[in-house]
Amino acid sequence: MTAAVVAETTGASPHPEPQEHSPKRKLTGYWLLLPGGLWLIVFFVLPLYSLVATSLYDPDGSVLQGYDMTWAFSNYWHALQDYWSPLVRSLVYGAVATFICLVLGYLLAYAIAFKSGRWKNLMLVLVIAPFFTSFLVRTLSWKLLLRDDGFIVNTLQFLHIVGADGRLLATPVAVIAGLVYNFLPFMVLPLFASIDKIDHRLIEASSDLYSRPAVGFFKVTWPLSLPGVVSGTLLTFIPAVGDYINAQLLGSPKQRMIGNVIQDLFTKANDYPAAGALSVILMLLILVMVLFYVRRAGTEDLL
Amino acid sequence: MSQVAEAPTRSGVESYEGLRLRSLTKQFAAFTAVKSLDLDVPTGSFFALLGPSGCGKTTTLRMVAGLETPTSGTITLSGKDITWEKPYRRPVNTVFQNYALFPHLDIYENVAFGLRRRKSKEVDKAVREMLDLVELDTQARKKPAQLSGGQQQRVALARALINSPEVLLLDEPLGALDLKLRRAMQIEIKRIQTEVGLTFVHVTHDQEEAMTMADTIAVMNAGVIEQMGAPAELYDNPQTTFVANFLGQSNLIEGTVRGREGDVVKVDMQGTIASIPTERAHVSGTDGELGWVGIRPEKVLIAEVGESLDAPGSSIPGGVVSDVSFVGVSTQYLVRMPWGQEIQVFEQNTGRRRLFRQGESVDISWRPEYSFLLDHNQDATAGVDKEDAAS
Ligand SMILES: Nc1ncnc2c1ncn2[C@@H]1O[C@H](COP(=O)(O)OP(=O)(O)OP(=O)(O)O)[C@@H](O)[C@H]1O
Ligand SMILES: [Mg+2]
Repeated sequence: MTAAVVAETTGASPHPEPQEHSPKRKLTGYWLLLPGGLWLIVFFVLPLYSLVATSLYDPDGSVLQGYDMTWAFSNYWHALQDYWSPLVRSLVYGAVATFICLVLGYLLAYAIAFKSGRWKNLMLVLVIAPFFTSFLVRTLSWKLLLRDDGFIVNTLQFLHIVGADGRLLATPVAVIAGLVYNFLPFMVLPLFASIDKIDHRLIEASSDLYSRPAVGFFKVTWPLSLPGVVSGTLLTFIPAVGDYINAQLLGSPKQRMIGNVIQDLFTKANDYPAAGALSVILMLLILVMVLFYVRRAGTEDLL
Repeated sequence: MSQVAEAPTRSGVESYEGLRLRSLTKQFAAFTAVKSLDLDVPTGSFFALLGPSGCGKTTTLRMVAGLETPTSGTITLSGKDITWEKPYRRPVNTVFQNYALFPHLDIYENVAFGLRRRKSKEVDKAVREMLDLVELDTQARKKPAQLSGGQQQRVALARALINSPEVLLLDEPLGALDLKLRRAMQIEIKRIQTEVGLTFVHVTHDQEEAMTMADTIAVMNAGVIEQMGAPAELYDNPQTTFVANFLGQSNLIEGTVRGREGDVVKVDMQGTIASIPTERAHVSGTDGELGWVGIRPEKVLIAEVGESLDAPGSSIPGGVVSDVSFVGVSTQYLVRMPWGQEIQVFEQNTGRRRLFRQGESVDISWRPEYSFLLDHNQDATAGVDKEDAAS
């Protein structure tokens, strides 16, 4: 995915590469690639290869007896048949959470970049502050917040927003709220970086040229912040779709996401081929969606 | 300090075809950037706001554009009070100091921006015409970052001009350009202004630029307008030491008023009596009052001791040439006078006479109608170009 983005930006670059390179300087670039390249081979290419291989093992094998490589492409078909509903649910939860993050994150990033004045750095630290405690602990504390006779549920019951025996835990609302909470900083930081860079005088110029504030926002601020929108949504959507902690702690089996399924297949059912096939399906699905999205957003056109 | 003839009316709103600022004030916290400014800009004129860095020019323009709210005072345009009007509702457009072109839009869309917001019908035709006018028709589909500084400047001009605003504000649009391009753009902008006939308010700190381009110049200093008028008028008859020094150069010689005689004021200038026309004497004129006698360097005549000069009245003796710089078309002398002051003299190299050398004794004189008399309370070095003074 990153490779695709990089390829697109360089492809549109108006500056042609200088033609003449001394052979030595040419080599330097490759030497610089070496450490990262090795790292990727050991920790990305090899595991990926192993994952794809696992997904094609004979489904009748078991961890104890070992697996045979039988090129069992049927694993994919079966995985889709058995688990299409958590898969779709994951994509829907991920998309809804990303959208809510985008709206909340944009308001927050905009306020920090343009309105916070000398509090800017403090606000940024506050955005990252939740990272100082563990993901798990934070999600557990949400479980406390949303518990059945907790303050929030009681208030909602009092206001008749939920029924007298209504609850928040074990509902999609809780899972999505958890996703939004946990991934909001991933949205805010890239958005802030983009919005903060926008020259205020451009917004003044738009208002000088007959744009009321809302129009100026959609014609100038929003397009100039698109790089942040694209990277923020990707950084939120991809981990949110694959997340299993929120569904596990805040949801019920009815809110099972694909991450929970894969986890169970690996750790409880010991069905490695099915787990591998599901992982590959999820990966390809996200890859295709991201490519399509980046292309549509036209980020190569920005600046 | 107002140089405007009519007194401001109570409401500040009266029928005036043009841009009118009345007691316009802008304070930033405790700092007053613009102090009770009064200004009339007639419709169709090329008006320059000239002043040193930080004197409040940009602040004034921003208030006219609506990007800054005045602390007090009024702004009227064609008799309509626009002091509190939103910027996007004002028939005013700005060419920003840094151009502020939209980086994500191409040149065509940058120029079309204002028309599109106003849902104009003939966008394409108007944009093509405007790009033709600024000679950028071949660059329409480029992004601003792909243009040169001069081209970007023309896009900024086109983007504002296409809206036919009642007033076009130009905030030092040429500041970033090199000298040659700047001269070319000055001529270009002046040509366009004559062609389209709109009111231009041009902010600059370059006095030469103001004098070559504008019909009217307002010289601004520390938040107030010092003087306003046609370039030649300001140059010939400055009313303050700041204007005398900022617009060109001046020799300012201390003198004592010795009464009026007809339409001249007599001033005792280190022993020589100078006669200064009343309309050029900007002092109260009471006997014994101190003042600065001003004379432009090119108006000072220089001669051998005892040689007769083409100037009525007596010449001032006892000068010694302390510096000579030959610049081709003219020669610039510094002449040390008996009272210690150095007087600048520019003489055209007509070839009528040899050059003076350093250390030679000379007489100087000038025609009294060229001199002016300024208030002694003002700083004689106000507005002196620091670089000029150093070199
Ligand atoms: N937003 C602001 N807050 C505080 N002070 C300001 C602000 N804007 C301008 N000033 C001050 O007001 C004064 C006038 O500023 P202004 O930008 O109008 O100067 P200028 O005449 O345009 O100068 P230049 O030729 O350098 O552009 C300056 O001393 C500046 O420091
Ligand atoms: Mg300025």
